Amino acid sequence: MVDSMVVTPTRIATPSDLAALQERLAAAAEGRRRVLVCSTGCLAIGAREVEAAFREEVVAAGLEDEVDVVQTGCHGLCAMAPVAVIEPNDIVYGRNRVKYIPDVISKTVMNGEVIKRFCYGRDAEMAHVQDIPFYAHQTKRVLRNVGRVDPQEIDDAIQRGVYSAAGKALTTMTPDEIVEEVKASALRGRGGGGFPAGLKWEICKQNPGTERYLICNADEGDPGAFMDRALLEGDPHSVLEGMIISAYAIEATKGFIYVRAEYPIAVRHIRKAIEEAHERGLLGDDILGSGYSLDIEVREGAGAFVCGEETAMIASLEGERGVARPKPPYPAVRGFYGEPTIINNVETFANVPLIVDEGGAAFAESGTEGSKGTKIFALAGQVQNTGLVEVPMGATIRDIVFGVGGGMPRNREFKAVQMGGPSGGCVPAAHLDLPIDYDSLKEVGAIMGSGGMIVMDNTTCIVDIARYFIAFCAEESCGVCAPCRLGTVQLEEILNRITDGRGTLEDLDKLESLGEVVKETSLCGLGQTAPNPVMSTLRHFRDEYLAHVVDKTCPAGVCKALLPVQEGKDS
Amino acid sequence: MAPVDHGHAIPLLQKIQDTYGYLPREVLLELSAETGIPAAHLFGLATFYAQFHLEEHGRHTVRVCRGTACHVRGRQIIQDAIDEELGIGPGETTEDRRYSLETVACVGTCFLAPVVMVDHDYFGKVDPNKVGEIMGGYE
Repeated sequence: MVDSMVVTPTRIATPSDLAALQERLAAAAEGRRRVLVCSTGCLAIGAREVEAAFREEVVAAGLEDEVDVVQTGCHGLCAMAPVAVIEPNDIVYGRNRVKYIPDVISKTVMNGEVIKRFCYGRDAEMAHVQDIPFYAHQTKRVLRNVGRVDPQEIDDAIQRGVYSAAGKALTTMTPDEIVEEVKASALRGRGGGGFPAGLKWEICKQNPGTERYLICNADEGDPGAFMDRALLEGDPHSVLEGMIISAYAIEATKGFIYVRAEYPIAVRHIRKAIEEAHERGLLGDDILGSGYSLDIEVREGAGAFVCGEETAMIASLEGERGVARPKPPYPAVRGFYGEPTIINNVETFANVPLIVDEGGAAFAESGTEGSKGTKIFALAGQVQNTGLVEVPMGATIRDIVFGVGGGMPRNREFKAVQMGGPSGGCVPAAHLDLPIDYDSLKEVGAIMGSGGMIVMDNTTCIVDIARYFIAFCAEESCGVCAPCRLGTVQLEEILNRITDGRGTLEDLDKLESLGEVVKETSLCGLGQTAPNPVMSTLRHFRDEYLAHVVDKTCPAGVCKALLPVQEGKDS
Repeated sequence: MAPVDHGHAIPLLQKIQDTYGYLPREVLLELSAETGIPAAHLFGLATFYAQFHLEEHGRHTVRVCRGTACHVRGRQIIQDAIDEELGIGPGETTEDRRYSLETVACVGTCFLAPVVMVDHDYFGKVDPNKVGEIMGGYE
């Protein structure tokens, strides 16, 4: 027998093989009870021990043939960590502790009996996913598999239908047809810029090159953002599937995933996913018998925020310091080693299989006029239900903060939500009913950004927040262009002056004019957006600046130099 | 070793740091000689990227998250308490090489804010009174 004819038994040769495997896996899983333990974010608060305890208890009770304990990605309700979801009834338990696991197995897993103390709000009426407002207000599309599959087990992904869209795309559609579908879907880049993905791909394809590259931007550097982390950790195969389809569409010869080294679990899961996809013939040569071949390499970042900017990322991949390069030429025209290159964000790629699956027009039915589909947000700060949420574009800030998020803890007063991290802005209470999309947010001085939402109440000082973000950008500026390198430092110094009680009215004008210059003249996105947190807070919270500058007080009680001196108490 | 293109410089440095815990000068010079990548370029990378250290690190690394959620939930108070407990500031190593102290832009566990990591262990909702106990837990 000729060696090259030997196919490893696990290799999936065609889309119909894939469909058959999916059916077999589904049949095998039929009727099994599953305990889905978040083994990503919740690891920070004892999930490993909880998961081990579930396994031990299942064995001790002799239930191995009925119950599966599965390590999954994030269930979203991080505030209740460590979280487990129990199938088939989708009972959500939080604050799990090892000593209660035998009870959970015998009562809930085997008998469907709800134990109140682990439920949301310790309320038995809130036992099931569909009962909890946190989930009821969401639309889980891109996150549909996160929390439901073992991300380190490709069969789980296949059983949930992952890779079927890749099979359809690679064997029944031409690359140009895929670009057309993505254009019809009006999918905009989820990394923050919001550039139409299909258009970017088309531009890339119009440029001749000896090679074409596809890069997945997983350098999620915005503080307060953990959407991409959750996708890579919880459903890496869907991200790979999106990359395979996209790479085929632009006829790329090689793919990269540039991921933050600060996300060790994400790195581990995506590496494992690539390895398993290779073994099954879903990556490598002749994917699913289509004749198309692709390799994807993981590169870890080295701790530079600016590398999330696409030209700096390319420099970093080329082994250079991560400094930005002038645009144009855009990477789609001249990118990695001068060849046409597409860089999209993790969440953008995760949307692509949905578009192939249902068609661009159907995808474009949800969302707003200018922003289609859903968006994942990382909800944190002063809000009850901190966690990971997915809502349709056009949902209001109120829907997210109060509907999904459950409002402020201890009935504190909502002050603002910071959106878009260091490139974004603070949206005040007056705009709580603003439908969220790329354009509406820009109008109020914020940006969609990657999806970090930090909720602030009256204990947060807005001037201090502006100072915090500009200090972040000053520290992370790559230094290659003067407006960003020097301008951010000057803005920081003015804000330091104001929070130290030495600010003047003139300083407020300086912030505005300098901010404008930095915005207009910086080389890359980092500098062009760095003044946003300052400008948006000056616009919406000028009174608070005036209190610092004129009255020399900090209404939130944060800026130490402006606090009233307390008698009889050492500082 | 044949000449290596610049593109692999960063993964190579990451491997060296994984092995030694930092980037020893003599190893970088050797790498330069073997790969043909100029030493100046390697040192340029080592000083540009926050992940790399040119000096020997402590046995344990304490990372205080300075992300937004941690910031609004009082990470500065935690930072001050840790600085005082260890007697060093961010970027420094204790004399007994037990701890190196760093800050990190965000570890992505905002629901636990304020967060401190020691090596791969997370400590969430840290209050200043817990700092001594956490720092006592590593030799």
